[in-house]
Amino acid sequence: MTDAITVSGLRKAFGRTVALDGLDLTVAEGEVHGFLGPNGSGKSTTLRALLGLLRPDAGTASVLGRDPWHDATELHRDLAYVPGDVVLWPTLTGGETIDLLGRLRGGVDEDRRRHLVERFELDETKKGKAYSKGNRQKVALIAALASDARLLLLDEPTAGLDPLMEQVFQDELVAVRRDGRTVLLSSHILSEVERACDRVSIVRAGKVVDSGSLAELRGLTRTRVRASLTDVPDVAEASRWPGVGDVAVDGTHLSCAVEAEHLGTLVAELARRGVTGLTCQPPTLEELFLARYDRTSPAYEEVPT
Amino acid sequence: MTRLAGTAELLRLAVRRDRVLIPASILGLLVLALGSARATLDIYPDDATAAAGLGEIIANPAVVAMYGPLGSPTADALAVFKTVMMGAVLTSILALVVVRRHTRTEEDDGRLELVSAGVVGRWAPLASAVTLAVGAVLVASALAGAGLAALGLDGRGSLAFAVSWATAGLAMVGIAALAVQVASTTRGAGGLAFGAVGAAYLVRAAGDTATEGSAVHALGWLSPLGWAGRVEPYGADRLWVLGLGVGVLVVGVTGAVAVLDRRDLGAGLLPARSGPSRAGRSLGGPLGLAARLATGTLVGWVVGLVLGGAVVGSLMGSIGSLADNPQMRQVLEAIGGSAGSVEEIYLATETKFVAIAVAAAGIGLVLRLTAAERAGLTESVLATPTRRAHWYGAHVAVGIVLPAVLMTVVGLVVGFVGSRTSAAAPGVGETLAASLATLPAVWVLIGVAALLAGATPRFAPTAWGVALVAFVVGELGPTMQLPGWVVDLSPFTHLSQLPGGSFAATEALALTLLAAALVLAGAVAYDRRDVT
Repeated sequence: MTDAITVSGLRKAFGRTVALDGLDLTVAEGEVHGFLGPNGSGKSTTLRALLGLLRPDAGTASVLGRDPWHDATELHRDLAYVPGDVVLWPTLTGGETIDLLGRLRGGVDEDRRRHLVERFELDETKKGKAYSKGNRQKVALIAALASDARLLLLDEPTAGLDPLMEQVFQDELVAVRRDGRTVLLSSHILSEVERACDRVSIVRAGKVVDSGSLAELRGLTRTRVRASLTDVPDVAEASRWPGVGDVAVDGTHLSCAVEAEHLGTLVAELARRGVTGLTCQPPTLEELFLARYDRTSPAYEEVPT
Repeated sequence: MTRLAGTAELLRLAVRRDRVLIPASILGLLVLALGSARATLDIYPDDATAAAGLGEIIANPAVVAMYGPLGSPTADALAVFKTVMMGAVLTSILALVVVRRHTRTEEDDGRLELVSAGVVGRWAPLASAVTLAVGAVLVASALAGAGLAALGLDGRGSLAFAVSWATAGLAMVGIAALAVQVASTTRGAGGLAFGAVGAAYLVRAAGDTATEGSAVHALGWLSPLGWAGRVEPYGADRLWVLGLGVGVLVVGVTGAVAVLDRRDLGAGLLPARSGPSRAGRSLGGPLGLAARLATGTLVGWVVGLVLGGAVVGSLMGSIGSLADNPQMRQVLEAIGGSAGSVEEIYLATETKFVAIAVAAAGIGLVLRLTAAERAGLTESVLATPTRRAHWYGAHVAVGIVLPAVLMTVVGLVVGFVGSRTSAAAPGVGETLAASLATLPAVWVLIGVAALLAGATPRFAPTAWGVALVAFVVGELGPTMQLPGWVVDLSPFTHLSQLPGGSFAATEALALTLLAAALVLAGAVAYDRRDVT
């Protein structure tokens, strides 16, 4: 599998604000890649740099084998983009906007267009300024999904969509993946990423702090264990077991967190102590995320995009 | 009153947002009034010398059509002759810009929705905008009046000068307040309000050039700009005229409040319509899009200029008849020199005024390049295989073509109506040539806007300032005795004296090449910068 996107050491500052601080990112061809981070962590700036709208101060980026700054026009033949904040021309209708963006990209696939307008239940005759946020989002999504672009760059694409439309989007994303197209999906909605993405990168203050499949990332974080025991240890004792922390004892119940590599040792210890009930909960993406965003740490700071 | 709740807070916000715009505009108005008065007084220090220099002004109805009547044959009246009307127009524009910025623009951009959800009464945004605009008008007028008195001009006359600006400005606040409620978009409100300024100017020009006592002369009392002129500072000093301006302010705001109490947030009097579900053939690329978005502007301007051109053309008869006195004509021809007859001098001056307005329309279209960027539309387009140069070029192209179309319309209408009104008026061929001959200067201003928009979106609106300075320098530079090289900076200085003079081909070519160079430089810069 070749890489659709490779970015290394990307830096971009706006005045004194550093938006990207040595960002590395790799997205393989044909995968749906989640790009996670809170507001202002540099997601949109990264996407704009990948589109060649911004010129990076340092570092290299290659998208579909091309330099986005120098070969922007050629590159754009093969990609489609949904901006984070969808704005439409106030006097053009939704239908006109979809056609316009399609024609700018070289043509409109009529069947796919009709299918998407139907699925997203869009009223195409309304003027841009009359649409709600969700409907503006639909216009941009239809325009992007109706293209036959090899790469889709989606910046928080479900913002403003209702749950029914979010489901339609998920279905369409599955279809896109089946076609072998690549998607970079920026989001801070973890459930969406968890459902749709093969791999994720977590960005913080302009840097990717973790990247990998969800399974790999989970391996880096502790599993929560809750056990009912006949022989309950006290907190101090349990805390001395290898890789175990965050211990609480409540009657016959012990709950603790354990690093993935020490899970076996812990289970053996619990077995010796007459375990009568056991639940193991792998970390949710939310926990993975929060673990990398300990707000008390001095490294955390908001960076406007 | 709960409907006014939050007015003070919104006013503070508006003051904070306009802390550069309003003081800079007032400063500009003061420089205009005081600088021009000072320079005129240097040339005509007393009433005797003034009276000798006045023959030229009183006799030339073309000049009266531009600037309104002269208050009295004194040095003081002469010192403010041009700035009464120019200042009244500029104060009106400042008033309408301030009112619109804090009402319809806020609503159109969706910010008012956020504000209205707070403890903010329904009238508060309008009330704060009107208060700020009235304040700006009064401060500008009062400072100008006080400044003139400080220069040693007559006290009561200086007060009348302030009244003259304030009358026009306050009336415009009222008209703008109503316009922003009636129209449902920022652009629509601008069309109504700027249209009102244009109409007021034309009605005034028609009234002031008619014989005193005639019905047409009385018509001048229907125009707020006519009132500004008829205060006649340092002459009749009609201070009561201020009451008319206050009257329009009260009526306009009352009407605005009536509309405001009946409409939804975001709506005007006209409901939003739906449109086609598919794009037409022409909407296929950047140029098709830019042209489509410019259509409304084009239609509005064509309608306005056909009406304006018809008025200008129809004035040809009264201007000819006022100059019927053979002695007067002799004097005029001596003064006019190569510029020819009184009709020709009048047309040449009017054409230059129209050209600057048309340049403003073109600048507006070019600056949509940065407006689209600010709104976030540009990234959608540039994420497709559209070349930056193509996107830039489409906006600049409509900005170049629009003035050419509009000046053609003006030339045809003025010539057609004029030659039917008066046998002495220049024919269609001549007026068309005179209109089109201004295009090189217009294009230079368009080129400046294109370069600024291409290079630096933040400072792109400076293009308006450049146009204003070019106009004021060309218009007032000689009177204010600015050095020749400063006057030469205005592209309008280098235009041919048409009709009546000969076509300056070299200058026209040089200006056109300069415009082309500016456009190209903008394209290069646009290709190299970040698009946000």
